[in-house]
Amino acid sequence: MTPRSRRAVNVVMSWLAALAAGLVVLPLLLIFAFLLWQGASAVNVDFFTHLPKPVGEVGGGMANAIVGTLMLLTLAAILGLPIGILRGLYLAESRDRRLPWVARFLADVLNGVPSIVVGIFAYTIIVLPMRRFSALAGAFALAVIMLPIVVRTSEELVRLVPASLREAGLALGIPEWKVLLRVVLRTARAGIITGVMVAIARVAGETAPLLFTAFGNRFWHQGLDQPIAALPLQIFAYAIAPYDDWHRQAWAGALVLIGLVFVVSFAARVATSGRFTGVR
Amino acid sequence: MADGIIVRDLNAWFGSAHVLHGIGVTIAPKAVTAVIGPSGCGKSTFIRCLNRMHEVVPGARVTGSVRAEGMDVYAPGIDPVQVRRKIGMVFQKPNPFPTMSVFDNVVAGLRLGGVRERSVLEEAAERALRQAALWDEVKDQLGKSGVSLSGGQQQRVCIARALAVEPEVLLMDEPCSALDPIATAKIEELILELRSTLTIVVVTHNMQQAARVSESTGFFLLGELVEFGVTRQLFTNPHDKRTEDYITGRFG
Repeated sequence: MTPRSRRAVNVVMSWLAALAAGLVVLPLLLIFAFLLWQGASAVNVDFFTHLPKPVGEVGGGMANAIVGTLMLLTLAAILGLPIGILRGLYLAESRDRRLPWVARFLADVLNGVPSIVVGIFAYTIIVLPMRRFSALAGAFALAVIMLPIVVRTSEELVRLVPASLREAGLALGIPEWKVLLRVVLRTARAGIITGVMVAIARVAGETAPLLFTAFGNRFWHQGLDQPIAALPLQIFAYAIAPYDDWHRQAWAGALVLIGLVFVVSFAARVATSGRFTGVR
Repeated sequence: MADGIIVRDLNAWFGSAHVLHGIGVTIAPKAVTAVIGPSGCGKSTFIRCLNRMHEVVPGARVTGSVRAEGMDVYAPGIDPVQVRRKIGMVFQKPNPFPTMSVFDNVVAGLRLGGVRERSVLEEAAERALRQAALWDEVKDQLGKSGVSLSGGQQQRVCIARALAVEPEVLLMDEPCSALDPIATAKIEELILELRSTLTIVVVTHNMQQAARVSESTGFFLLGELVEFGVTRQLFTNPHDKRTEDYITGRFG
């Protein structure tokens, strides 16, 4: 290959790569622009502070759904994160060969289970025995969906922690469990938090598993054992309704949902870009 | 009490590979003992057997006995955690904890061992950093990340970290092999200063280093302790042909 043609190929490939990068970002920008165009007009103070109005009345907001979504996400994180992170730690650190392999395989299978199936699962083991839809059931379903993502990212990141750090800890006469929690996990923390944010962002918009668990609620929440409102549910309900005003509110809800995910991810990034970051 | 380290019939394996064969040696207390030998001769494995770090590797196994400063290291009731408190270790590559400041690194052993009082930790940190000849260089940057220091300083942070828990023995696994000559000279100076308070075993590839810092030297080859004796004598008048071949550079 002559230098001339080598340079030509280089230029063409660089442009192709740049084009591909642009095409990847394009859908996100388009979605965001479309949401802004359709929904921005309905986003106002009322939207964040008021309950939905009865059918036929104009105005009102989705305050209960915003609070509901935040509560569901928090609860799901409380249920799912400790188990997920510890299981990831176990998978990365275990000296046994077979059991981690099985556990890892199952996590991958769980990752592929459609979210509506997870919803049915939560319906069967929580809603039916309790005889009512509840925030708890919704959070449980979301936690199950988060689990495999958290497990796999935790595992990968714990694996990235150099063995020399574990050895340094052990050689200081620190018990192994403390080395794992205080040195290894701490070193992997920044990366794990990124993974956790991905998981939270993923479940923030889940609608299907909430349909027959959290169920939705047109009022403020009345306890964790009661049905609770959630943004995706409200968006779904409003989007299929025959009223223009509701359609606008559905768009606004979608915009707020994306904004929420964006803010949470951004905050996590800032929070973990401290001075002493380990692996990410 | 200082009675050094008495090793009897020590054997070590990685899986089915038998890497140390019947090592028996008595290491003098409050002195520096060097361990030399070509790569893969088992010298690192040997010192990792002394503080039970060998068994950390999956599939690794040890038989025989080690008595370090009065403690029977491989006795059934002995917790490896106890052993490692008493026998500190410094590794080949500086390995400060990247998420911790210089100060937190130095007191990591104490803090994770349950010491909470700030004043105790501060005292221990200063003492250990002075012992590691690093205090004057880092006393104003104790809050900085441990990995922001130079390689030689990082290694001395690691030495200070090991010293902060007040061990009786310090094992050093090629502590200078990742450092430049100036940093190496500093570490060697440090070793000479520390020997009045600690029993030190240092593995090295560098025979001049062994000659400079140690009173006794052991030569390992293919998992056997070929010769052990007074350093000067081992280098000038070795008993074994293989030792002579190695130190004169005929192989390895």
